[in-house]
Parts: sequence; structure tokens; C-alpha cells
Amino acid sequence: MSAQTLTFASHVHHVHHAARSETPWVRRSLTAAALVFLALFLLMPLALVFVQAFAKGWETYVSALMDPMALAAVKLTLLVTLIAVPLNTVFGVAAAWAIAKFEFPGKNLLTTLIDLPFSVSPVVSGLIYVLLFGMQGWLGPWLAEHDIKLIFAVPGIVLATIFVTVPFVARELIPLMQAQGNDEEEAALVLGASGWQTFRHITLPNIRWGLLYGVILCNARAMGEFGAVSVVSGHIRGATNTIPLHVEILYNEYNSAAAFAVASLLAMLALVTLALKSALEWRLARQIDADKDEE
Amino acid sequence: MRLYRQHSVLPGFPLALGFTLLYLSLIVLVPLSATFLKSATLGWDGFFEAVTTPRVLASYKLTFGAALAAAAINAIMGLLVAWVLVRYEFPGRKLADAFVDLPFALPTAVAGIALATLYSSKGWVGQFAAQVGFKIAFTSLGVTIALTFIGLPFVVRTVQPILEDLEKELEEAAASLGATRWQTFLKVILPTLSPALMTGFALAFARGVGEYGSVIFIAGNIPLVSEITPLLIITKLEQYDYAGATALAVSMLLVSFTLLLAINLLQWWTQNRRGSRI
Repeated sequence: MSAQTLTFASHVHHVHHAARSETPWVRRSLTAAALVFLALFLLMPLALVFVQAFAKGWETYVSALMDPMALAAVKLTLLVTLIAVPLNTVFGVAAAWAIAKFEFPGKNLLTTLIDLPFSVSPVVSGLIYVLLFGMQGWLGPWLAEHDIKLIFAVPGIVLATIFVTVPFVARELIPLMQAQGNDEEEAALVLGASGWQTFRHITLPNIRWGLLYGVILCNARAMGEFGAVSVVSGHIRGATNTIPLHVEILYNEYNSAAAFAVASLLAMLALVTLALKSALEWRLARQIDADKDEE
Repeated sequence: MRLYRQHSVLPGFPLALGFTLLYLSLIVLVPLSATFLKSATLGWDGFFEAVTTPRVLASYKLTFGAALAAAAINAIMGLLVAWVLVRYEFPGRKLADAFVDLPFALPTAVAGIALATLYSSKGWVGQFAAQVGFKIAFTSLGVTIALTFIGLPFVVRTVQPILEDLEKELEEAAASLGATRWQTFLKVILPTLSPALMTGFALAFARGVGEYGSVIFIAGNIPLVSEITPLLIITKLEQYDYAGATALAVSMLLVSFTLLLAINLLQWWTQNRRGSRI
């Protein structure tokens, strides 16, 4: 089942006992090789973002962020995220409720379909909406007649962002809710709780860390999405430019300091995301251990 | 029967499933189907012609070649990183572990401009490469480096849990039967890890084939040389060649779905292996 890889559960690392079976020399060399690789491939690009952002001084940095076009991009990104993330969160909870708590034919197919957007190239994810709602698309002429503009406008950006972030919450919750089973909810119902009360007071507290984990990953991708949004945006400055698109424009204008200054906002978002993610993995590992102790 | 009854007491199934199906159809299934229908209007000949021009073929060669090379590098380096993180204790291990997910968390455009600057002929790394006569930015090598960056967590996170579950008894048995550490690794550990390793490889490859943001800046996008297929789709769109863009998109979707199927089979295999040992 594709939902199983790269999920919360696979990130939870239990305490392990280090094997002392290689010679210390081999151990040290392998560790050094891995760390050099990580430093070269991951740490250096990240460090470079901050070094370049401040290369022309603090003032250039601040003025790049205070630029009206940059502020407009930040505002649009926040707006798009505030629509896309809650919608995909509701979807994720509903999908996980149906898939994890009930048996029905076609369940595996549905799980695969939910993960589908992760397999589609970001560029294609944007293109499908252009082909549906754009002037050359199926519904384009009808929309134009009624003066509705979806493509090269904010609604298109929202749609493309929703598409690329559909799986995040669902794929964290499905394995988690499957592992927790139905016993607690059934007990609540037997004791006379309504369906909503059961969900609110039993299910939601049980899944809260996993839910938050999915939301954080969904949020990071929604704010940082580039390819899909690039296709549907039309790149109208101050109107349809998100933060990543603004970074691209600045970079292509050889305004490297400003590009990296704005990019540093997204790099900080990435660092916060990683920190929260690690903290939640630790939380969930504890929860799983506690659940095991109860049994 | 007991199982069925157990599952049917909870409320909300029609609502939850109905909403899931409606949402998924509107956001994912209908737009994807519309794209396939659109490509059908090209006819088979038109479609075939659009996806086999020399420029398109060159972009396939670059995209698949670089994604394959990057996935291979990640299979080796990802295994090494996972091994070190699971098996050894060293200061900063937890930090390094958390850091592996950076490519998932860092927006691709940011990674893209950072890598392009890093590996340009004046960049931190690029200048040393230039001294020994290597050009990285604007070549297929640059594309491969970007795809290596983006694909690493897929291999590490797929191999890591399997490595953690690995039973030490098997290795001890091999050692007591006289195997060297290297022999144990090759004959005992590697075969157990291989389904996960192949899954990670396939996931990294699939991601690399469709990747856009982290690649386009370092690639420089020279037609026939460093132009990846996703970028060519955008170029065609900007030239109002909707038919060409659609045909290319459909060819990429077909590849994606084939890879998705292969990955699902691999994961099913991985889990069977894992399950049978418990």
C-alpha cells in the first residue's frame, strides 16, 4: 500500500542498540562519509541561502522584504494556504474515517487514488487545470461568457495548490487510525454518545498529533509550491505572484540579493517545519509506546 | 462476519465516503480525465508526432537519464546515510536524522536558486569544479545534482525502518558460521534490504522525472542540451501550443502511473517480506 511509505509511522524511530560489529575504523569512515555527503548536498545549499540573503547587508535584506510586490506575494501565499490547508484537512479526516474505520470494496484503489497527486509532475498538475478552465480548455469559453476568470487568477492558484497537497493529511491519518482500531469509539457509542460526540471526544484526541503532523507538511508544501502554481499563475506582479514565484522573478532579473532575501523566508519555514516534525515524531513515538503499555 | 459487524456500528460512513469521493473527483479525477480526453482529440498520429520530435526526445533522454543517475547515487548514499543513522552513535545524530528531510521541507524554487548559485562557475563548489575543467551548471551534471538533492530522503526514509527492524540474530549467526563482516553485509543484510532499497530507488526516480523547481535554475534550459521535459511543457504552453503541451503531459502521466504501479508492487513485496519475518 503506497500510503505506507514515508508516513509518520515510518519516521518513528525506536531506541536501538548500536551494533558494534564493524571495526571502529570502518565505523568512523562510514560516519564521516555520510556526514560529508549530507553537509555537501543538504547543508551547503541551505547555508548559501542565508549567506546570499545578507550578502549586501541588512538594509538590502529588509528593503527586499518590505517591497510592495514582496508583501503582495506574502499576502497571496497566506491566502492560498489558508484556503487549501483547511480544505485538505477536512478531506483527510473524512477519507481516513471512511478508509480506516470501515470495510468496503475498492478501498485499496481509493487509497492509491488519494496518493495520485504525489506521482504527478507539478507542471502537469497545473496544466490539467489550464486544460479544463483555460481559454483553450473544455470549460474556458463558457467561463469567459460568464466573465469568470479561474486561470491566470487566484482561483487557479488555489486549485493547483489544493491538488498538489491533497494526500498529506489523509496519508498520515489512515495508518494511524487503522492501528488504533474502533474499540474506543464503539465503547463511547454503547455508553450513549452521539456520533459527533464520539468523534470530537474520542477520535480527535487520539489522532491529534498525527493530524498536526499532516497539517504541518501540507502547509509547508502549500506555501512553497512552485511548478503547479507557475503554470496557472500568469505571473502578474502584485496580483498573482506567490512567494516562490516572486523569488523566481527576482532571480531571473539578476537581483540575487533580493531573491535570496525573500527565499530566506521560505528557508525559515522549512526549518520550522523540520523542527515541528521532529518534535511530533517524538510525541507520536511516546504515544505508540503508551498505547502498547496499556495493552 | 464478526469483523463486518464490528466495522458497521460506527456512524458517518456514507457522509465520509461520499465527501471523499466527491472531493477527489472534483480536484483530481475529473481534471486528469479531461487532460486524457483533450489528448485524444489530437488523434494517434498527432499525438505520436508531438511526443517524438527531436527536441522532445532530447528532453526525455536528459530527464530519464539524470533521474536514473540521481536515483542510483541516492540508492548508494541513502543506504549509507540510513546505515550510519541507525547503527552508529555519534554526536549530532538526531540533528542529522531530522535534517535528512530538508529536501521535503525546502520549497523547490529555493533549492533551485541555491543549487544554481552553488554550482555556477563562480559558486562555492562550482569554482573548484571549473578549475579542474568541469562545468556543472547548465549541463546534465547540474540536473543530476539537483535531482540527487531532491531524491535523497526517499531512499533514507524507506530503508531506515527496515534496517531498524533487522534481526541481529541473523548477523550473529552468519558471523558465528565464519562469515566476514563484508560477507554478512552482502549475503545477509543486503538481500533483506533490497526490496526497500528498490522502493526508495523507484520513489526517488519517479520524483526526479517530474521535478521542476529545483532543476530549472541549475539546468539553464538550453534546448537539446539541458532542457527537461516538464520545462518543455511550459515552453509549449507559452507558445500557445496547447496540443503539444497536452501530448507531452499525457506521455509523462503514463510514465508516472506506470511507476506508481511498480512502486505499489514493490511496497507490497517489501511488506510481505517484513510481515513474513515477524
